[in-house]
Amino acid sequence: MSTLHTEEMTLNMGPQHPSTHGVLRFVVRADGEVMREAIPDVGYLHRSIEKIAEKVGYRGFMPYTDRVDYVCAMFTNQGWGMACEKLAGIEVPRRGEYCRVIAAEFNRIASHLLAVGSMAMDIGAITPFAHVIREREMINDLIEELCGARLTFNYMRIGGVGWDLPQGWREKALKYLDHFDPILEEYNSLISWNKIYVERLAGVAAVSSADAINYNLVGPNLRACGIKWDIRKDIPYSVYPEFEFEVPVGNGNWGKLGDSMDRYVVRIREMAESSKILRQALAKIPPGPVLAKTVRNFKPPAGECQVRVESARGDMGWYVVSDGTGYPWRVHVRTGSFAAMGIIQKLSAGLMIADLVTLIASLDVIAPEIDR
Amino acid sequence: MEALEILQRVKSQFGDRVLEISEKKPDPFAVIDPGAIVEVGRFMHEDPELAMDCLSNQSGVDYKDRIEVVYHLFSYARCHGAVLKVKLPRDNPSVATLEGLWKSANWMEREIFDLLGVNFEGHSDLRRILMPEDWIGHPLRKDFVEPPEYHGISTVRESPIVRLDTKKK
Repeated sequence: MSTLHTEEMTLNMGPQHPSTHGVLRFVVRADGEVMREAIPDVGYLHRSIEKIAEKVGYRGFMPYTDRVDYVCAMFTNQGWGMACEKLAGIEVPRRGEYCRVIAAEFNRIASHLLAVGSMAMDIGAITPFAHVIREREMINDLIEELCGARLTFNYMRIGGVGWDLPQGWREKALKYLDHFDPILEEYNSLISWNKIYVERLAGVAAVSSADAINYNLVGPNLRACGIKWDIRKDIPYSVYPEFEFEVPVGNGNWGKLGDSMDRYVVRIREMAESSKILRQALAKIPPGPVLAKTVRNFKPPAGECQVRVESARGDMGWYVVSDGTGYPWRVHVRTGSFAAMGIIQKLSAGLMIADLVTLIASLDVIAPEIDR
Repeated sequence: MEALEILQRVKSQFGDRVLEISEKKPDPFAVIDPGAIVEVGRFMHEDPELAMDCLSNQSGVDYKDRIEVVYHLFSYARCHGAVLKVKLPRDNPSVATLEGLWKSANWMEREIFDLLGVNFEGHSDLRRILMPEDWIGHPLRKDFVEPPEYHGISTVRESPIVRLDTKKK
């Protein structure tokens, strides 16, 4: 069977394709059902956010960071805030840090829910998507009470967060977590261990740990390859050292180490860990101010720095160059999806065309985060 | 190792091909002779003390009199990182690719080529990545002027606020 070769076909997939998570295009060279390679073509959502940063100044750029990755905007907010604070040497009040962690971890759950739900939908299981959207809406309700927005939050500020937790919010959040933990079990029994689903994912597009590092995969994609690495643990920032949580890694139980199923399971298990962090943070949150006093006309001294935040799509690096004026000289965001797209061409060789959809979904790429 | 220690170790290996080591403000960096970047990269990749197995970030900055390419190297094995820079002239900036050492450089170098116009010698697939293929100019250069239209599509639009104002009058 393997020796039978047909004429090579060149197929176009995207930019408007339901499984490309935004606007992405692939040029697929296929031999029958088997791909020789899939060449990604990105840039359809390029909004020149890095150039905008040079025009709008440090404070004005915060709402734009939401648009870098609108599925987990809390982390882009936090990354930008932390970069400015590092440049100017501002210390965030402890309650502000706790508010950041709480908002960010809720956002991580929401983002992972969307990732696993849309992954199931891409593969053909429509029902789980309705379940995850129901859960995600409840988190959006909570975040809406926090900052007034459901998608592009603009919650954090340079030096802390915009608003304190509203009255009674803590109890609502705890009540939600009590509801969420059993839901995760329900979701697992609904889809995660479903035999058809597992067989569709297991062994597909496995990444070796050496490749993962060489191609700069980050976050859940890196951990699925068996590398126990999490910025929150290994280069701690904010108040994460005060919480106890596990770093889930892939183990290859279903097929090969680092395959699509491992990437899926790591995300499922991370949601449970985020829930643990949230319970501890909500229990321990100290009183006090949430926003440090900063000058109105924010001008960090000339210099440059990079900060790294563990976003839902992994290590997000903000490289900021300041020339001492109120406008950054250069901002560059290194995002997880950009790196994940770079490995697709290599992984696609020898895969079935239908598995390309699995591969994109399991890497959890978000098109605006690639193009910025 | 601390970032400054790493840079000192590179300096002791390569002498005056490391042109400058900056102090912390807040991140230290080393400026490398552009001709030596592949050798320095290979040393940092293979030296067991440094073991830089990941090119975590690569970006370019236009300083009006020069263009700098910035490399953020990181070691998962040792959990430390360092920043290297090369300074290039503004007309026809060109430097060797690091794709042979770290595969992640492929896409990041394409982005720098696209947005800042830096040529990476020996790159396997150097073409535009974010901008359309027929775009003229490099948008992240400080002297870039946006063309008024692209294929007949205007890139400027009337401000709706101005329009409302005139209606009132």
